[in-house]
Amino acid sequence: MATESVRPAPARRSGRERLVRYLVRRLGQAALTLVAIVILNFVILHLAPGDAIDVLAGEAGGGTPEYVEQLRHAYGLDQPIYVQMVRYLVNAAQLNFGFSFRNNMSVVDLIMSRLPATLLLMTASILLSFTLGVLLGVFAARRVNSFADNAISVLALLCYATPLFWFGLMAIVLFTVKLNLLPGNGMYTIAANYDWFEATLDVGRHLVLPACSLALFHMAVYTRLMRSSMLEIYGLDYIRTARAKGLSQRRIAFRHVLPNAILPMVTMLGLQIGALLGGAVLVETVFGWPGLGRLAFDAILQRDHNLLIGILLFGSALVIVANLVTDLVYAWLDPRIEVA
Amino acid sequence: MTFTATRFAPRLLTGGKALLGALALVAGLAAAGPAAAQGQPVRGGTLSMILNPEPAVLVSGVNSSSPVAAVSPKMFEGLVTYDPKFKMLPQLAVSWNQSADGKTITFKLRPGVKWHDGKPFTSADVQFSFMEILKKYHSRGTATFQHLVAVETPDDLTAVFKLDEPSPYIMRALAGVEAPIMPKHIYEGSDPLKNPANLKPIGTGPFKFKEWERGNYIMLERNPDYWDKGKPYLDNLVFRIIPDGSARAVALESGAVQYGTQYVVPLNDVERLSKLPNLAVTTAGYEYNTSVNYLEFNLRRPYLADRRVRQAIAYTINTDFLVKNVWFGFATKATSPITDKQADFHTSNIPQYPYDLKKAEQLLDEAGMKKGPDGIRFKVTIDWSPSGEMFRQTAELLRQGLQRVGIQAEIRNSDNPTYLRRVWTDNDFDINIFSASNIADPVIGIQRFYWSKSIQKGVSYSNGSGYNNPEMDKILESAQIENNPAKRKKLYEDMQRLVMTDLPNMGLVYIQWFTIYDKKIKNLNTTGLGPYESFADVYMEK
Repeated sequence: MATESVRPAPARRSGRERLVRYLVRRLGQAALTLVAIVILNFVILHLAPGDAIDVLAGEAGGGTPEYVEQLRHAYGLDQPIYVQMVRYLVNAAQLNFGFSFRNNMSVVDLIMSRLPATLLLMTASILLSFTLGVLLGVFAARRVNSFADNAISVLALLCYATPLFWFGLMAIVLFTVKLNLLPGNGMYTIAANYDWFEATLDVGRHLVLPACSLALFHMAVYTRLMRSSMLEIYGLDYIRTARAKGLSQRRIAFRHVLPNAILPMVTMLGLQIGALLGGAVLVETVFGWPGLGRLAFDAILQRDHNLLIGILLFGSALVIVANLVTDLVYAWLDPRIEVA
Repeated sequence: MTFTATRFAPRLLTGGKALLGALALVAGLAAAGPAAAQGQPVRGGTLSMILNPEPAVLVSGVNSSSPVAAVSPKMFEGLVTYDPKFKMLPQLAVSWNQSADGKTITFKLRPGVKWHDGKPFTSADVQFSFMEILKKYHSRGTATFQHLVAVETPDDLTAVFKLDEPSPYIMRALAGVEAPIMPKHIYEGSDPLKNPANLKPIGTGPFKFKEWERGNYIMLERNPDYWDKGKPYLDNLVFRIIPDGSARAVALESGAVQYGTQYVVPLNDVERLSKLPNLAVTTAGYEYNTSVNYLEFNLRRPYLADRRVRQAIAYTINTDFLVKNVWFGFATKATSPITDKQADFHTSNIPQYPYDLKKAEQLLDEAGMKKGPDGIRFKVTIDWSPSGEMFRQTAELLRQGLQRVGIQAEIRNSDNPTYLRRVWTDNDFDINIFSASNIADPVIGIQRFYWSKSIQKGVSYSNGSGYNNPEMDKILESAQIENNPAKRKKLYEDMQRLVMTDLPNMGLVYIQWFTIYDKKIKNLNTTGLGPYESFADVYMEK
């Protein structure tokens, strides 16, 4: 987080003016970061041997040299890398993110068609992990070193250490194959002719297993963080004062400790959004969830560079925006911190 | 045509030939009267099948990869289709006639056929498909139809192929999957590779395109105006894209999908699935598009340039072990580079290399590759196609065999683009393990591995070994234009003998692809195209 600066309060510009200046500066930095990301990705991706045409022609079982040459020319891949990169940057500046050779579709259309699925999965999993993490963390911190605290610690450790895909597969075996309770693949029932209510319910049922799988790891992180953050605050002077005043334990925990302990969680939340895009690849593969993570993964294996750079650019923009929002929320939550 | 893996796997090991004979017999019977044998077809229902990976487009005329090949023939038809013994059966052509010199082929087309958009199908579409699409944009079509100089259209229902050399293999390349007839009115004047209809196809087939949710599914629906009245029986075909092998097994097990082909689940899962009451496993339907697992030597390497060294390496491979433990019985021992499913070309009366380490050592000594003080003669690398775990396991077995005769081998792992480029563009490999389809005729399927003109840098699955033998070229080039089937078979027997003597590459096993399907699904595999047929005859019991 870039902006925490604790200052005394001299005469300053108006709050609104400072905010605008701050936003302009951050967005300027963001634009530079994005350009750097594109250049870096271009170079790294082209270090990998083979290109999209190798894959396309390979999947087609070969061909003739003319066929391969023709494909490479049609997609502009016979140009030197710096020409391809400059072309990409010029197009991207005009918000034209190119064409996915592999999918025969524009990159923007592809990303937009996959975005809702990923956003739904991410939102559900963030809400779930954050809520459960706070609840368990508070619960554990209030009964520190008790059996319940230890049990929660072990649970958190297990969730932290369990590989995502393994948990996903086991959940499918249990809930889909054995119990036949929840669907284990896809996002909704195909061609079911549901009305809107049934359709929502249907998506919800498909969402349970992947969202839980994705949420577990971060739930563990939040639980540990919340617990230690609560304990730290319990040790501060003003809590002793509150105790001395004779306030109830419940009131101390929820009115005095919790609001201050939750600040580090906001930081973590900002970081999680970036990490979730990565973790989504595994969950989306295991559960056949038609999201961005799998699109990116397939794009790597197929050397679909236009698509991959488009997704990376989009993901980077998402992370930058999430960080900015986190900083603003931080400043709003904690009056000692301000944007500058 | 249905048996469980447990029942037939041992038989494949002990008597693959007998089984194949039985298979062919059963397949023949089925082709004679499938409807009668399997009861009255039922109308209606949705068949969900597994598709992986997701195809790039849905038209096999512009993209001949296997996921496209599974979807495209449901919407696009060829002039003919083929029974399991490669006999031509009418599809968009009702009859055909080849001139004595083999240079003119006349097709009479089916009247009353309409494209999915209602426009009539005519000989102009045939002319356009072959001359403007397949000959120019199909990965194999450029070679297959190289001698096709014109398609004449004397009337709307007659198409006459004019060839400058006899090309007997053309008669095996006319199925809907290999040479789909595409609509001239949609593709004319456009770049066929980027035509939007590649994603929303207009064909003549029994099913019409309905929708495609990327990363999720492709749905086709019944074509109500299909020329074969009363067909298709199914209302919808859904291709589910399920990227994870275990998830695919679960989808079959739970009944969410009813049909999966080729590598649909890990081979060690097949036996378990075949025991489930709702599922059946069959190896029928892969006659047209059958694959062989090859081992290829890079002849540019000094050690491997010596034929005796290659033969020695061949003696170190225990193919029976491969069939049993790597392929779980879903393969038979290869005796020649041409699959035994192509009975009119295949011969096994040629040099063979049974597992024999002594012979291997003897050959290596003869070649002057003496063991060093550390017991090592020389070092090689092994690359394997990342399209299947079986190839990695084969590489490991090969490494063990090589170690026993004093050759130290290093296995290199890579993703698909890296692998393809390393082997067929950079030629930076020693030994390469991969599979390739034999596709109906040697000219289309395997000539590419042995013809010196197929040494083409940058073309995957071409002559990667760098094998250049004028004698081989002569045989192959004679066979290309030999119109007499008996003489042609003789030429290919010579060719197989030469391959097994020179060993630029060698067949390890003939892969027995399998289909796992719900027992309610009937009338599958009525032709030799299996998963690549139109599914007009397939129905689903209630």
